[in-house]
Order: sequence, then structure tokens, then C-alpha cells
Amino acid sequence: MNDVENNARNTAVHAAGVSLKDLRKSYGSNEVLKGISLEVSPGEVVCLIGPSGSGKSTLLRCVNLLEQPNEGTIHVGGFEATNPDVDIDKMRRKVGMVFQQFNLFPHLNAQQNCTIAQTKVLKRPQAEADKVARANLERVGLGHLADRFPDQLSGGQQQRVAIARALSMDPELMLFDEPTSALDPETVGDVLSVMRNLAKEGMTMLVVTHEMGFAREVADRVVFMDGGVVVEEGVAEQVISAPKQSRTKEFLKRVLDPTHIDISK
Amino acid sequence: MAMTARQRAKVSLYVQAGIFVVAVAALILATDWKTIGNSVFNFAKIGPMFPDIFLIGLKNTLIYTALGFIVGLSGGLLLALMKLSSFPLYRWIATGYIEFFRGIPALLVFIAFGYGVPLAFGVQWNVTIVVMISLGMVAAAYIAETLRAGLQAVPKGQLEAARSLGMPQWRAMVSIVIPQAFRIVLPPLTNEVILLTKDSSLIYVLGLTASQYELTKFGRDGISSLGAGLTPLLVAGAFYLVITIPLSLLARKFESRSARTKR
Repeated sequence: MNDVENNARNTAVHAAGVSLKDLRKSYGSNEVLKGISLEVSPGEVVCLIGPSGSGKSTLLRCVNLLEQPNEGTIHVGGFEATNPDVDIDKMRRKVGMVFQQFNLFPHLNAQQNCTIAQTKVLKRPQAEADKVARANLERVGLGHLADRFPDQLSGGQQQRVAIARALSMDPELMLFDEPTSALDPETVGDVLSVMRNLAKEGMTMLVVTHEMGFAREVADRVVFMDGGVVVEEGVAEQVISAPKQSRTKEFLKRVLDPTHIDISK
Repeated sequence: MAMTARQRAKVSLYVQAGIFVVAVAALILATDWKTIGNSVFNFAKIGPMFPDIFLIGLKNTLIYTALGFIVGLSGGLLLALMKLSSFPLYRWIATGYIEFFRGIPALLVFIAFGYGVPLAFGVQWNVTIVVMISLGMVAAAYIAETLRAGLQAVPKGQLEAARSLGMPQWRAMVSIVIPQAFRIVLPPLTNEVILLTKDSSLIYVLGLTASQYELTKFGRDGISSLGAGLTPLLVAGAFYLVITIPLSLLARKFESRSARTKR
């Protein structure tokens, strides 16, 4: 477990914060983000929750510019992402992204999925890239499946490879876009436990999720979005267990299965 | 008396088989076997075609096809990328090119590059160059459409995943999207090679020296020199099948492979 501790120290030192100011994004006449401001400190874990269509995925995708915001500023680490002269590719190397649909490269095996960007983008020698990939696959508990192709892996395994792929670039910030929404229920736990370890190691994380149990346990802060605005934010326990806004209360009542999690607790 | 559905299906099958047998019998009876034997299946006189049709004709057909395919594939890839570009001028040029070359007979392209362009620019091209350019430029138009469809069939998430790992657009295309698109288009691309093999026969409109003859030219020559009627064309046709049927089987193999896995 020495490796994990080393990683923990490294990520803690390198962790990057995020700062969003007055972010607006429209598709045609449909305004999806209506002026969002959000701060994530280095090492902090923030969960974005809210009904579908509330703009939380769009917000997450704006952070590494998979979506171009119409207005507002984004700072990630030392980069001003919204500056037109910024080197987007250089910035994205610091930001790992995990997608709902995994998006593993189907023509490459798990190991190659983790090495291709290392060798082509970071110009690491193949041997070093292999070592890093191997370590990260071990880290997500899949060292023994390194030579499997994506179509030979379960959904949960694919998502863990996707996490290992992102980690292999030594990111300072990890973005998770509903990482467990496309998974079979029995594999959700494995992915969440990988993310939990990552949080413990001090990684800065911004997570869009419907897993309230995870948000309450792992997140430092929870942000509730609805209709393109931040309705409520605060300490995870407080927002989920004792929401102040009526819209938050309503949403949580619908999402939380009372037989699963006792809100009053 | 009413038949069950299964009985009706059986009767219908017998009726269809009966019609087929009658049609074949009628065709055999109506045929003038003597004339056909002399002018189409007259294999006794085709000896002189060998071994040149094999050593020169088949070889040249394969070379012309391969050259046309290389030019067509590179040009087609360029056009496909242009057509998907966010820069409108590239899209217009690519669309114009594709519509033009798909819309005119390949024969005209051969004549244009065989006679027109050399005349207009006062250049002297040898046959190989003309075939390479003519066949390649026509093939590029068809291959471009095939590749464009293949590139678009790669899920958008693949490009996003590659870009989010810090890959520039071109690197994401080269390392992630194009290899996957290539697997998707392998079957239609193989079919494209079959079409090219046959189109390489259009070179007959140019003046060829004996060493430049390909299969069709051998066939046409044989008609006038061997006195075996159309039999030499039949022989040339058989050689085309020797090339195209294995390609067909290959395309089918690629197809079943890509249906099974994306690797």
C-alpha cells in the first residue's frame, strides 16, 4: 500500500482547484446554464446533484471545454480555460474525465487504453507508460485483466479501466459524468469504491451523480442544481439530510429510497 | 379440402421449382448450340492466348487496380476529412469533387486524362500514369463517401474521450477515430476494389503497347486474331472472376468479423 500512500502525497501536492464565474451556456434559444458560479478547492470532492436536464452534465463538460460556454470564466489549476489563447490540450492533460458510457477505445486492450495518451501526448517511453498503466490498473483492481479488450469486460470493469486510463495521465483534477448510471447494479459498488479511495488519496474531484449514499459519505460539498442554476450548496451531510430549499427537498424525496437510506438519521 | 398453412407453403414451393425447371428447359431448347459452340465456347483455338494473358494481362490488371486504389484511398481519405471539416470552403470543394466524379462515366475521365489533359498542357504521360490518375480520381470520389460514412459511424464519445486525454484533434483522428473507422469500412472498401478491378478495363480507349495489355485488351485482341468468335472475352471474363470472387469472399469475412467484435 506504499504506492497508494505515495500517490496520495503526489496528488495532494499537485491537486488543482476549479473556479467558475457566471457561466452561461445556450443551445439555440434554450439556455442550459443560467449564470453558474462554483469554487472547488484543491483536494476537495464536490458532488453535483439535480434532476435530469438541470445542466449539471453540461457544467461538468464545460470545465474541460468539451462544451464551449457562451459567457463567464473558467479557471482550472493555473489555466484560464475561457481565454481564447489557452492551450486546451495542455490544460486537458491535467484534467481526467470519466464518462457515463465509459468511452474506452474498443480497438485497444485495457493496457493500451491506458498507455496511448501517455506515449502520444506526454511522449513517455513505452516502458515507462506500461509501468504507469500497470500500476493504475492495479489501483482499480484490474491488474489481472490488462490484456483484455473492452468487449471482454463487464460494464463495471470497463468503467474502472476508464478511471485507470484517466489516472495514467497524472491528472490534478478528475471529472466524473454520472460514472455509475450505465452500470448493472451489482457492479456499481466496485466503481464507487475506486472513487472513494481516490478521494481519500486527496484527488480533487467534481462528480455528477445520482448516488446519494456516495455523495453523503465521500463528498466534502454537495451542489444541487435545477433549471440551470445552483439552488443550494453546502456540506454534503447538511444538503442531503437537511436541505433548506423546497426544490431540494422535493428532489431528494423523489430520489432517495426511504427503505434504503433513512433521511432523518 | 382446405389446406393447412404448411401444406400451402409446400405446394407453393413445388410450383416455383416447376416454373424454374420449365424456364431452364425452354432456354436449352431455344439455344442454337452449334453456333454457340463455334463462337462462344470454342476453347480449341484459344491456345495462343496463353501464357501471355496470364503473365501480362492478369499482372497488368492487378497493377493498374492497385495503383488506382492507392491514389483513390489517399484522395478519398483527404476528401472525407474535408467533407467533415468545420471550414465551409473545404466542404464545398469536397462535395463538388465527389458529385462531379461520381456523376460522369469513368470512360470520359480516361479519355480526358489520356488525350485531353496531355494535349492541353503539352505533356506526354505514359499509360501507367494515366490509369493511376483516372482510376484513382474516380475511385477517390466513391471511397470518400464510404470513408465519410465510416468516420461518422465511430461514436462521438470516442473523439471526446481522446480529446479529454489531451490529444489534439489530428492525433485523436489518427490514433483513435480512423483506426476504428477503417475496421467499419473494410467490407465496402473491398467491394470498391472489385469495382476498380473491372473499371481498369476502360484503359482500352488508350493506345497500348503489347506489354501494357490488360485482361480485356487481350480478350478484344483475341476476337480479331484467333477466329474463335467471342471465346477470348469469355476467357478474360473468367480471369476477372478469379480476382473478384476471392475479394467478395474476403469482404464477407470482414463483415462477419465486424459484426462480431470491434477489435
